Amino acid sequence: MVSGIVSYGVYIPRFRIRLDEIARVWGDGEEITQGLRVFEKSVPDLDEDTVTIAVEAARNALKRAKIDPKRIGAIYAGSESHPYAVKPTATIVGQAVCTSSSFTAADFEFACKAGTAALQACLGLVSSNLIDLGLAIGADVSQGAPGDMLEYTAAAGGAAYLIGSQDVAGEIEGTYSFTSDTPDFWRREGMPYPEHGGRFTGEPAYFKHVAGAARGLLERMNSAPEDYDYAVFHQPNGKFPVRVAKMLGFSKKQIEPGLIVPLIGNTYSASCLIGLAATLDIAKPGERIFVTSFGSGAGSDAFSIRVKDKIDDIRCGAPSVRDYIGQAEYLDYAMYAKHKGKLRI
Amino acid sequence: MRSVSIIGVGCTKFGERWDVSLRDMIAEAGVMAIEDAEITGEQIDALYVGNMSGGRFIEQEHIGALIADCAGLSRLHVPSTRVEAACASGGLALRQAVLAVASGYSDIVIAAGVEKMTDVSTGTAADALAAAADREWECFFGATFPALYAMIAKLHMRRYGTTNEQMAQVAVKNHHHACMNPIAQYHMEITIDDVLKSPMVADPLHILDCSPISDGAAALVLAPTEMAKRFSEEPIKIVGSAQASDTLALHDRRDLTTLDATVHAGRAAFAQAGIEPRAVDVAEVHDCFTIAEILAIEDLGFVEKGQGGKATEEGMTALGSSLPINTSGGLKACGHPVGATGIKQAYEIVLQLRGKAGKRQVDEAEVGLAHNVGGSGGTALVHIFTR
Repeated sequence: MVSGIVSYGVYIPRFRIRLDEIARVWGDGEEITQGLRVFEKSVPDLDEDTVTIAVEAARNALKRAKIDPKRIGAIYAGSESHPYAVKPTATIVGQAVCTSSSFTAADFEFACKAGTAALQACLGLVSSNLIDLGLAIGADVSQGAPGDMLEYTAAAGGAAYLIGSQDVAGEIEGTYSFTSDTPDFWRREGMPYPEHGGRFTGEPAYFKHVAGAARGLLERMNSAPEDYDYAVFHQPNGKFPVRVAKMLGFSKKQIEPGLIVPLIGNTYSASCLIGLAATLDIAKPGERIFVTSFGSGAGSDAFSIRVKDKIDDIRCGAPSVRDYIGQAEYLDYAMYAKHKGKLRI
Repeated sequence: MRSVSIIGVGCTKFGERWDVSLRDMIAEAGVMAIEDAEITGEQIDALYVGNMSGGRFIEQEHIGALIADCAGLSRLHVPSTRVEAACASGGLALRQAVLAVASGYSDIVIAAGVEKMTDVSTGTAADALAAAADREWECFFGATFPALYAMIAKLHMRRYGTTNEQMAQVAVKNHHHACMNPIAQYHMEITIDDVLKSPMVADPLHILDCSPISDGAAALVLAPTEMAKRFSEEPIKIVGSAQASDTLALHDRRDLTTLDATVHAGRAAFAQAGIEPRAVDVAEVHDCFTIAEILAIEDLGFVEKGQGGKATEEGMTALGSSLPINTSGGLKACGHPVGATGIKQAYEIVLQLRGKAGKRQVDEAEVGLAHNVGGSGGTALVHIFTR
């Protein structure tokens, strides 16, 4: 049985702030933006949160392949910015997209990889014939403390993937995860902003886990970087995914279509799922995509995906990633602060 | 007083050692030194360890007992003492060990240094380091170490015409040396342009003018010279060991562009050794910032006051020239785990005098010097070594 991606949808809020504008406020030089290789990031509207973004992405996924939402047997919503500490995002999404009540649901949290963890859970249920379709979502309105390095990249966006075994547009040939207890980034209960271990987030966290999962999957699949047409890695900034790709032997050409962080920032749980969507937006049947997420704390999920003929039927059914990137409305720092609820009255 | 020699040395790789703890590093360096000296634990009479701020960096004090324990010496009840003089803690540990052996009180003594700095955020580390300055009269008013050395640099530039490029050359040279040192934190060549274009920390000091935050440990085994040949075929004699103090706060100094503690410790060490500065073949000096190396070579008498920048620019301090400075890469490029630095300096000089410094070997090195500074110059130690 072939299981995999039946449809996908993304949503990126239309507001943007340029990193130069953030640097202007904090008195940082252009070396910050040059170093991060990110130019602007997405900002949610005043009334947008992880739930509204997840709903938009899920609607786009349903619309793209004209799927009856009643077929959905599981909704898993991955985020590190669920609006409720207790009360699931997944149930609100289900109600909003008009599923039946006959589905299981839960919220996932694993820093930036909760979305791919949700995808793996759906794949498991589909592959074992427990459900017809699973909806896996990664969505975030990520937080960065004013003046912290995270503020330059913490963005908003969501991606939803319908996982099934009929009419598959992207076969998931294999998946492999690499996980360890690594405290590189965290947010404790009640804290408004996360903390991070500075340079510790690099080598022992991102690079170790992404490379660990990627190499593990390549070995399991008995494949090599050159067997893939495209590769997508988690994108906390514009530098890390490029470096890890080079480390693993993937070319710039392979990662280019999915490298969207310079224009929208780090959308956390949605980051590599939006990158994958941008790649599916242009991939041709028969082509292969290698995807590896990363979540602090820490772990990575790697996927080997083969694009199927069905992709051509569904591609144009919903807005592409580039459609969303194209509609940008720029905010100054004051409006951005208002949008992000940084101003307390 | 007895003559003292080094009979064994060990040093860990310096850098962001996220995979190891302070305990792991001190054990690694200690075992290397003990194996190098071919001694057993039962022969060790005392340990001295330099550590600046275990309390702030890893929330662990009582480092003396800890390292004796890690070394497996706690059951032998060997006395172990942690000494602290900020970034000169390592140099001071060496001096305490020298005094213990020279006095005849102890025979085989370990001098070690260790710091684990990367377990805390950069801000916490910077604040722990700021504790080496005058907290009430400097730090409370916003001064940090880069700011204090920036003030020194500004005045040095105005008074002596020292340039940004000359300071940058210190970093360029030390990175070049570090590329030849397997234990160094950075194995990358840099250019003057790289330094000048790197982010500004405190005008005129760019980030590449500053030594990094590092983890590392180093250890030496000392013995009376008369016994040294029994353990080592190539013992290195410590012919000068001197320490001097100065005002804690920079603003109380006689002269902002001279570290008087270095001047006094240097003179005393040279007098003990009975040699002139020009007799030194290789030196490790305290380049916590590039301007600090320029001050050091002036204050130790290697060049005239005000000529340090020019001498560096002309290449006098590079490997292959008349006085190679910081062949290890210095604090700048070998790394600066503060408590370990003073011991690593002696480790490098021992390798040079043994002729075992590999690609960075100074030809026919007979006399070496190590210079370690605490804070902005409140403490300085100078040790002189011969074959």
